[in-house]
Amino acid sequence: MADRFLEIANARVGGAVVKRAGLPTPPRLKRYEPGQPLVEAPVLLGGAPGGRMREPVEILLRGLDVDVRSRATSGADKPFAAIVFDASTIASTEDLRELYDFFHPVARTLASNGRVLVLGTPPEDCGDDVPRATAQRALEGFTRSLGKEVKPGSTVQLVYVREGAEAHAESTLRFFLSSKSAYVSGQVVRVGAPAGDDAEGPDDWEHPLAGQVALVTGASRGIGAAIAATLARDGAHVIALDVPAQGAALSETANDVGGEALQLDVTAADAPSAIVDHVRERHGGVDVVVHNAGITRDKTVAGMDESQWDAVLAVNLTAPVRVSEALLAERALHPRGRIVGVSSIGGIAGNRGQTNYGASKAGVIGLVQSMAPRMVELPGTINAVAPAFIETSMTAAMPLFTREAGRRMNTMVQAGAPVDVAETIAWLASPGSGGVNGEVVRVCGQSILGA
Amino acid sequence: MIRLVASKSNGSSPRRAAILGGNRIPFARSGGAYAQAGNQDMLTATLDGLVSRFSLQDEEIGEVVAGAVLKHSRDFNLTRESVLGSRLASTTPTFDIQQACDTGIEATILVANKIKLGQIESGIAGGVDTTSDAPIEVNDDLRRVLMDANAAKSTADRVKLLGRLRPSQVVPEFPRNQEPRTGLSMGGHTALMASEWEITREEQDELAAASHQNLAAAYERGFFDDLVTPYLGLTKDQNLRADSSVEKLAKLKPAFGGENGETATMTAGNSTPLTDGAGVVLLSSEEWAAEHGLPVRAYLTHSETAAVDYVHGEDHLLMAPAYAVPRMLERAGLGLGDFDFYEIHEAFAAQVLATLKAWEDPDWCREHLGLDGALGAIDRSKLNVTGSSLAVGHPFAATGGRIVATLAKLLDEKGSGRGLISVCAAGGQGVVAILEK
Repeated sequence: MADRFLEIANARVGGAVVKRAGLPTPPRLKRYEPGQPLVEAPVLLGGAPGGRMREPVEILLRGLDVDVRSRATSGADKPFAAIVFDASTIASTEDLRELYDFFHPVARTLASNGRVLVLGTPPEDCGDDVPRATAQRALEGFTRSLGKEVKPGSTVQLVYVREGAEAHAESTLRFFLSSKSAYVSGQVVRVGAPAGDDAEGPDDWEHPLAGQVALVTGASRGIGAAIAATLARDGAHVIALDVPAQGAALSETANDVGGEALQLDVTAADAPSAIVDHVRERHGGVDVVVHNAGITRDKTVAGMDESQWDAVLAVNLTAPVRVSEALLAERALHPRGRIVGVSSIGGIAGNRGQTNYGASKAGVIGLVQSMAPRMVELPGTINAVAPAFIETSMTAAMPLFTREAGRRMNTMVQAGAPVDVAETIAWLASPGSGGVNGEVVRVCGQSILGA
Repeated sequence: MIRLVASKSNGSSPRRAAILGGNRIPFARSGGAYAQAGNQDMLTATLDGLVSRFSLQDEEIGEVVAGAVLKHSRDFNLTRESVLGSRLASTTPTFDIQQACDTGIEATILVANKIKLGQIESGIAGGVDTTSDAPIEVNDDLRRVLMDANAAKSTADRVKLLGRLRPSQVVPEFPRNQEPRTGLSMGGHTALMASEWEITREEQDELAAASHQNLAAAYERGFFDDLVTPYLGLTKDQNLRADSSVEKLAKLKPAFGGENGETATMTAGNSTPLTDGAGVVLLSSEEWAAEHGLPVRAYLTHSETAAVDYVHGEDHLLMAPAYAVPRMLERAGLGLGDFDFYEIHEAFAAQVLATLKAWEDPDWCREHLGLDGALGAIDRSKLNVTGSSLAVGHPFAATGGRIVATLAKLLDEKGSGRGLISVCAAGGQGVVAILEK
């Protein structure tokens, strides 16, 4: 399961060989540990004139004692931990020159494992102002290309902040500036104004889920166990759910995170009501639901038998739909509730031999997009993460060359870790993320697939 | 940290003892999936499964009471050692008990009583047994020599003891499934009972087949999802044969009986196999349950123990529950028919059937129970509805916890009602109890 190439390429002798051979060196990604400051070097903050986001970003960073610079001084300075550019007021294609003018002299001053954030205005909010909408849409191509130019381990994102939502982007800014987003790059995320009273951020950003109950399906191992651990780290009491046959590992996960094990087959006819009853009886309801349980039964559609189709659709898609519907209908999801689905690059780009899996994972996106407007009434949010190649026992079972190709075909030249998916989910689950609804965020190291 | 606050009850008025749920590992056949696991391994894993089910990590439980029938001398503090190795708070007190096959049910009663008296707020009861890792003792003659050697004061004395060593002393003592005072195996005793009560082979096979079919159906509908935690790769009871039928069972050769001229009716199919496993139950006061957000599944309301003189008297070894139940019913003011579920431990199909026949026999009930007539018959569709020991298996001390947790869930599913538990044991003893919701 270990990525031996990453180890070799980062060793002294091995590294030289890898370089000689002209192979890309996968960087060692810096990941989050409790107590780690948001950034550990100065941040460069710039923008087109009159930007709406400069002030909230500056207030946030200064509040965290971050050294914020408005221009790159030449010479002795250490590289910037992050570069933030407010492009929200770019109103014409000619104005896009602001991007070049700002980034051209400073692009090389970004540190390894650095962060670039470009903040824009959603094109669909630009009304019939064609030049403005066009320019805002152009930002996507800029950030995605820049993501492939920055120093190893660095990430570049575009965050579209709706007008009036400037004060509600904090959890998103924190996530993308921190090392929690180590394997997330080239993403486009929209932040709107939270519905109802879903605007309150957490009291304690180290434990944003304190006092909350989170249900994680498929939690016995791999990505699910990492999600359980990460949500517990953030303060949640975790209900770790998995099929009874996985009970031994599930019990360990639950005990490791101080939560509880719930052995249950999510595809059973009575699973939604059993889950509703359980969270109600034990906790009066649930705050965060992560539909992580998923299986693969790979075959080309011509060679696939119906049980392989049925099993994948039942676990990956029908169960999340039924459980989400039941939780909402029975009001078992608390106000300010969060539902997070786990889609996949396979559902975006498609994979040979995965018509069933691809359909199920694209369906998760459909669930998120169709249910998002209803979540506003709660209020609450529903979003999805779409992981690409993540090191788990599932991928360890893949044939060598398929596995190697999967690992390397992204800007980070390596597979992600389960914790990368978990951190992304924890951001979406945060009380501070009330303005993020109906989004699909890939955890793919900027995979070349499905971009 | 050690709990500094005493139990909240003043001890003057008994409280109700709530059963919140339980956990067991699937039961394995002797020498099967748990061949390399010891009692402490299995009990620790079972406690950890309970901890994860009810989120009891680092919780100081009022008391954990458990035991094993087949026990190594090194396991003298089995329950305490298991708790220390578990995720429970290490400040959780424990004690071991042993009452043969009644160990688990008796542990449950002890914990319930302490809760009722206000001595503890929460407790875990159960047991564990392995026939795959049974204690084998040094030959008794050799043991004497070794003890003397240990006591000897000089090297010369020790050398002299060498002269007492004999080749025959290398043969160790294996634990036997045998009554020390009669030399008869438990199956042999039950064969005598089956013969006297004219329990037919067909009746026994029918009960065994029903046990397997009921257990399989219960697994199928997810009944055990919150009662069993897989262990060492086993996800269901190893003894379960979902396709068991009277026809298949009829093909087995008799395993017990026939020595005394009676018809041999008992087979490996209608007798419980030797099994490894562990089972525990979580009990508490109603206040503790509410504080922890845990729903109450049932209450343990009555219990009774009886013993029969199978050595000198005319009673059969496993007939004690036939006496214990009527005594308990009288105290509770209930009739034998006043129950929604009957959980009668299936040591042997013949034991269950003989007990039911005794209660239906007016003469026996007059002579032995001092009743005016028969105690009564039970509705057999309410008997062991999710299977019992013939299908599940019977790791001696683990069975009581299995039955209590199962019955509590049945009552909880039904919403209200009453269930009777009966467990016979070696030494001519029997423990019975009533759960209510």
